[in-house]
Amino acid sequence: MVDVHLRGIVKKFGHTIALRGIDLDVEDGEFVVLLGPSGCGKTTTLRIIAGLEKPTKGKVIFGNRDVTYLPPRERNISMVFQSYAVWPHMKVYDNIAFPLKIKKVPKEEIDRKVKWAAELLQISDLLDRYPHQLSGGQRQRVAVARAIVVEPQVLLMDEPLSNLDALLRVKMRSELKKLQRRIKVTTIYVTHDQVEAMTMGDRIAVMKDGKIMQIGTPTEIYHKPANMFVAGFIGSPQMNFIDVTVSEEADGLSLVSEDFKIKLPPDIAELVKQYTGKTLVMGIRPEHIYPEGFAPSNVKRTVKISGVVDFVEALGSDTIIHLNTGSRIIVVKASGTYHTNIGEKLNVELGLDKIHIFRKDTEEAIL
Amino acid sequence: MSNEKILTSRGDIIRYYTYRIILAGLVIIAVVWIALPFIMTILYALADPAQYYDPHVIIPTSYTLKHVNQLLILGAYQATINSVIVALITIGFSFLIGLPAGYAFARYRFRGKDSLKLFIVALRMFPMMVIAVPLLVLYFKLGLADTLVGIGLAHTSMALPFVILITSSIIAGVRVDYEEAAMVFGLSRIGAFFRVTLPLALPGLTAAAIFTFIMSWNEVFIAAVLSFQNRTLPAFILNLIAGSTDFIKFAGAFIMVIPALIFVFIAGKYLVRMWGITLK
Repeated sequence: MVDVHLRGIVKKFGHTIALRGIDLDVEDGEFVVLLGPSGCGKTTTLRIIAGLEKPTKGKVIFGNRDVTYLPPRERNISMVFQSYAVWPHMKVYDNIAFPLKIKKVPKEEIDRKVKWAAELLQISDLLDRYPHQLSGGQRQRVAVARAIVVEPQVLLMDEPLSNLDALLRVKMRSELKKLQRRIKVTTIYVTHDQVEAMTMGDRIAVMKDGKIMQIGTPTEIYHKPANMFVAGFIGSPQMNFIDVTVSEEADGLSLVSEDFKIKLPPDIAELVKQYTGKTLVMGIRPEHIYPEGFAPSNVKRTVKISGVVDFVEALGSDTIIHLNTGSRIIVVKASGTYHTNIGEKLNVELGLDKIHIFRKDTEEAIL
Repeated sequence: MSNEKILTSRGDIIRYYTYRIILAGLVIIAVVWIALPFIMTILYALADPAQYYDPHVIIPTSYTLKHVNQLLILGAYQATINSVIVALITIGFSFLIGLPAGYAFARYRFRGKDSLKLFIVALRMFPMMVIAVPLLVLYFKLGLADTLVGIGLAHTSMALPFVILITSSIIAGVRVDYEEAAMVFGLSRIGAFFRVTLPLALPGLTAAAIFTFIMSWNEVFIAAVLSFQNRTLPAFILNLIAGSTDFIKFAGAFIMVIPALIFVFIAGKYLVRMWGITLK
């Protein structure tokens, strides 16, 4: 096992810049997820760690060894491809055994290891089949078995679950995570699915346009987003963003929008004091806005906003309410048992301890 | 629904069968167009001369292998062997050069790739007539004139554009992931090519090889110009039958066609596969 470090990785393809300076430290045995929309450079980052691409600038370090110029086969890594890349001209057994055969591992040991990996992934009865006789989920298991059988120092996964159906994806999510815990391999996992990232990652690196926007544990990423991009990318439905002006009044500071005014308690006021008179962006997640009277008892400080129900999505477990407050729509996530109708007047309470405040120019978080 | 009367339009039925009949007619014409010359060639090559010259006999009833045997004794046998050797040399050279080129076209992005591809196709626009004589002079200097290797090289230059373009599309049809996976799991790029890409591309490459074989097998002009004694089958037949009787000509065509036919029958499923990949 080994720790992985990226130092100032820049990658250009012709005139397009795919990565603009990536710094990342992955600890030994850690599960780090690279999360971001398509085209953000997460797969390129993974391919650079794998050695399938050379960075234009920067270093890839495994442990205390610079591996930037080593071909993939000398890096002691494994990879699960998005397409699985299970070789179609080999039986499942040979697919899993192939990496060991190349390493000239003795036959009995290959047999023992292949059976171990097959058992772990519950594909022991498929060893005799060809890949085209397998379902997508089974092929994915073969790809994972092949990846772990070599006992790699670093395991790389490129959206391994994206081609599975929804049910299987949820199942494999927890299985992969459990498997990683068991074999304790340093893992770097690429996905665009925030739920996958939140449930599997020890830490998440959120990427955009070839840069890492924030690295942190799932809790940190969710509760303390470093900027508007991360705040908007994580969470469903998306966080509400409202332009507000900081205004000073006789009894303290307030955030004033076109439709409502929020009087700030002293602790928050202290943070935004220097922006008095300027426009900031307030963010609040739909799950932290409650229909009046439905706020949980531990939510002490709230602010009331009223509006008219514009649209309702009844999802069963939740009810998503689009509330028209006059000049904008605010999305509210209420419990599934809550009922309201389009056109009704509705008062909601905003959890004041859950608001985020961002600078409008840099989009960076103040709170 | 069950109580309603279901109306079947006579017009629909007539239209359906008219289409079917027209389609069947077109297929029959196409098949006859292709098959008839083959059948005639084979019939007349084996026909008894007496019946061949009898204006009242359209389909001969008595057959003989005399003409074919005669032709084989006169040198067609050796020429056939020459043709096979030349075709194999052509396949060998054109794949030795064309396969790496095709791989590069399929796998790498580089400056001028598209123009280079066009340039390769444009090579085929050169009329062979124009370069035949200078080529012969050059071959004399190099000692390649009237050698099978010489003809093979000339055929290679003909087949190469085709081989490069086809192999590049066949290799492009093999997902690059398979190769990258092989590289991650312990092979070099060359190793990954031989252990993973090549086996997966093999059906398509076989088809391309067969096509190259037929191309060389049928080529007559260059082969006739560059050789005098060591002739390939088409060149030999061209030389021999100019002043022969009709049934000798048919026998020549028969000897030409049979090996190619056998080849195509074996290759049939591979050919479909090749275009199947190419069309992707």
